[in-house]
Amino acid sequence: MEKYFTRMGDGEGIWMTKEEIKEDVLKGMETAVLKGKSQPLESDEIDRLIEILTMPEKNVSVERGHEGITTFDAGTLKLCVRQAIPIDRSTAVLIHERVLCSETMELCNTDYSYKAIKNIAAEEAMAMEHAQMSCILPLFYGAMPNMGLYTKPDGPVDNWSELLPSGQIKEAMTAQEEAAKLCIKDMIYVGSALAEAGACGIQFDTSGASGDADAFAALSAAKVLSEKYPDLSIIIGMANEFNLGMHGKLTFEGERLAGQYPAKQVKSAEAAGAHNFGVVINTNSSRSFAWNLARSLTYVKEATRVAEIPVIVNVGMGVGGIPLTNTSPTDATTRVAKTMLELGKADGL
Amino acid sequence: MAVMHEMAAGMGGIRTAGDLVARMVMKGMKIGPAKEYVANKLGCSIFDLTDSAKMKEIRESLDIGTILDRPQASYGMAAKIKIAELLDIKIPCVELFKKKIGI
Repeated sequence: MEKYFTRMGDGEGIWMTKEEIKEDVLKGMETAVLKGKSQPLESDEIDRLIEILTMPEKNVSVERGHEGITTFDAGTLKLCVRQAIPIDRSTAVLIHERVLCSETMELCNTDYSYKAIKNIAAEEAMAMEHAQMSCILPLFYGAMPNMGLYTKPDGPVDNWSELLPSGQIKEAMTAQEEAAKLCIKDMIYVGSALAEAGACGIQFDTSGASGDADAFAALSAAKVLSEKYPDLSIIIGMANEFNLGMHGKLTFEGERLAGQYPAKQVKSAEAAGAHNFGVVINTNSSRSFAWNLARSLTYVKEATRVAEIPVIVNVGMGVGGIPLTNTSPTDATTRVAKTMLELGKADGL
Repeated sequence: MAVMHEMAAGMGGIRTAGDLVARMVMKGMKIGPAKEYVANKLGCSIFDLTDSAKMKEIRESLDIGTILDRPQASYGMAAKIKIAELLDIKIPCVELFKKKIGI
């Protein structure tokens, strides 16, 4: 029986038959249907996904007309810091604009947390003003809420991850509420400084990384900024396909945040006045690429079905079906891109 | 990663009309209506938006910046001032710049 080269969720190359691939596609989809209450893929969509997964070409691309926009989190961190190319951040912006031909770019700090940036907000604002003078593409500023940074010993608040295992539930909830207040204040402060420096938009990346209170903080800050600066674009990018209920009872605009899957997360983002929603589905490295892509696609399709704002799929290392490796293979990466835009009906990546 | 996604699924940035469509998506417009809006403003078809040969001519004629610099051509802020007028939108850095120079 013919076997096709594909991958595991950690990037390792494997060979599977079409039947094995189909079996994993169905299992991945069923996971998203059961856990996220997503609608299952139609049979023609399943067939098309299997076709994409088994295409003989090494790299694939979308059919004409299905192109979307590209956005970035940790934008200027990639070339200047992680790849150690000795250039200024504003040069990285221009490389993305004129060499890589990205649709948008994001200016950011190495310590990618709003709490850390508070101390250098004026300098970051100046960097934004300078970068905006020479670039043409839309330039965001972005960072993470990273609410865990407000816990002792780095911050003033008790650590809910220590309180919860010791049964101090009320104390853990109070600690998260206190941390969220501080986090919201910092994000509004930094977001305002960058908005007034001419940022095209503000990105709240990896929202919900510390649980539902972290997501609550990002949504609350987004709401304030979207009302304060009507021309500022806001992207809320998530940390997970599921809001962890570390607090459990927090609501935003009447909706409980704990346990939200992408189709509900995007509605909260809309209620916050966000213009774009960055859906995240984490890759399971011990499952196949087919399983992960089908699962991610099912979640994305459900989010785009209900969304009134554009849905941008996070497709970096270890999310959106992309294998969990820092050097994601081009065969898998391009298949994810094609699948998310053609079948997932996403507006961009 | 950026190269792979842009080649596989991106519109082409300022090589085509990708940055212009992105500006409308950033306003909360879905990709289909955003493409339609930009095509109408440029006076071209939606198909043309990702055709780099066609868009080079359009971008040069409108002087809104391309990937290759040319003498006397607009880039950076000058190009964005024209883009804001073309798309009939407010671009925050353009508004800030105008305020600074008193226009």
